[in-house]
Amino acid sequence: MSRVTLITLQVLVAVVSVLLWHVLTSYPIFGRTILPPFFFSNPFDVAKQIVAWFASGVIWKHLYVTLVEATLAFIIGSIGGIVVGFWFARQPRTAAVFDPYVKMANALPRVVLAPIFTLWLGLGIWSKVALGVTLVFFIVFFNVYQGIKEVSPTVLANARMLGMNERQLMRHVYWPSALSWMFSSLHTSVGFAVVGAVVGEYLGAAAGLGYLIQQAEGVFDVAGVFAGMFVLAAFVIVIDMLVTVVEKRLLIWRPNVADQRP
Amino acid sequence: MTAAMSATAAAGEAAVALTDVDVAFRLADGGVFRAVHNASLSVADGEFVAIVGPTGCGKSTLLNIAAGLLAPAAGSASIFGAPLTDLNRQAGYLFQADSLFPWKTALENVAIGLEVAGAAPTEARARAKEWLGKVGLGAFGDRYPHMLSGGQRKRVGLAQVLIRDPKILLMDEPFGPLDAQTRQIMGNLLLDLWSADRKAVLFVTHDLEEAIALSDRVVIMSAGPSSRIIGDWRVSLQRPRDISEVKLDPAFHDLHREIWQMLKEEVIKGYQQAEGK
Repeated sequence: MSRVTLITLQVLVAVVSVLLWHVLTSYPIFGRTILPPFFFSNPFDVAKQIVAWFASGVIWKHLYVTLVEATLAFIIGSIGGIVVGFWFARQPRTAAVFDPYVKMANALPRVVLAPIFTLWLGLGIWSKVALGVTLVFFIVFFNVYQGIKEVSPTVLANARMLGMNERQLMRHVYWPSALSWMFSSLHTSVGFAVVGAVVGEYLGAAAGLGYLIQQAEGVFDVAGVFAGMFVLAAFVIVIDMLVTVVEKRLLIWRPNVADQRP
Repeated sequence: MTAAMSATAAAGEAAVALTDVDVAFRLADGGVFRAVHNASLSVADGEFVAIVGPTGCGKSTLLNIAAGLLAPAAGSASIFGAPLTDLNRQAGYLFQADSLFPWKTALENVAIGLEVAGAAPTEARARAKEWLGKVGLGAFGDRYPHMLSGGQRKRVGLAQVLIRDPKILLMDEPFGPLDAQTRQIMGNLLLDLWSADRKAVLFVTHDLEEAIALSDRVVIMSAGPSSRIIGDWRVSLQRPRDISEVKLDPAFHDLHREIWQMLKEEVIKGYQQAEGK
């Protein structure tokens, strides 16, 4: 399939979906409207709402808040994951002791922590950052841990025969391997940072995309809910594209990523 | 310490000496698997020795002992007369499997040995460039290992090991995964580089032809478990050699026939044991 056909088909999916949405919400079929506008709104109202948000500029503040929360969650969670991942991988005894607790904490649905974080940290950004951190931390932690454990024994033996000491092994072997595992899960961890921020906002906040959606829902403004969802989706796609660019630069040495380059 | 070592080397100490070495592995069921029994082997300074044996006879384990990556269950290993207790710092090791750092370019892979030894990065890079040229990859410095062919990766590996100028070169079926033509080219390249300063080489292979064509001595191991060294032939073919030419030499054929008589039985035994289990 050529690139042009692909993009045409992709656009077609969007056009058909919106058209269907419009027809089913606006025109009665056999005497009844299949999707009542009260519950499903319609494309025009949603578009109007989105335009209004951008025209008046209110949306920027909310986008900014969500972006800051997600970024902080990603950075703090990643640093924590890297440090603990390295520590556990290099100290098997510590890892063995903490193992059941790590599994327990990871198995816990993180959403239940949101009210506690709100209680501890208030309605500001930090309760959302904390929720995002609990999500990002485990992804990065498991990948860094795995990355260090999975270093090829031959590469490791070669490094030692080439005269590397423990510190040099860390820098030239363990660190790049751990980073490559971490970067390969970059999409997931960045995505979870956004999820943490939005869910946190939804459960109690004064600003942010999640707050915007929750507010609209509170007054049965379905158009507002859908508009918020579309802005959120676009926001996530832009971030995901940035991640792809970063990933391609950082993992240039990896066959699967490099082969995808045009 | 280095001075003392070279003094002993000058006194005629073997570069690598294994004495009555046993290699044993603890099994999961609590038993002990003895891979190698009572192996004694010495490699003189400047000598090229090949170890040949059927699959699973413990050739590689013997190499790992000489490298200090593995401790013998009994017996001892000494390097230039000094007992080996830790990693063998005088040896370079070319592995069978891919052992390049996948996140480093070919040039960085070659330079790393000098860098970790404390050389200035610019100097290490300049020398690495030189070595890449010697193995015929001058134009491939900025490629990552996955962008190179199997043969090219082995060339990088060879440069990576030799740039550190080790006194002993340990090679574990280094050209095993390559196709026949590439193996011949790599063999000639190895002989070329080796003849420049004649390091002691311990070369493990399952290919008897390759062993005779390359080395000064061919050592045969019996089928495992508890494999022993059962034969030791001197190869007195003229040097410098060309691998494809030396294989046409009648003396090569006589030696090959003679060694193969003994090796054949062991290879058959090796297969039977592998299938019986």
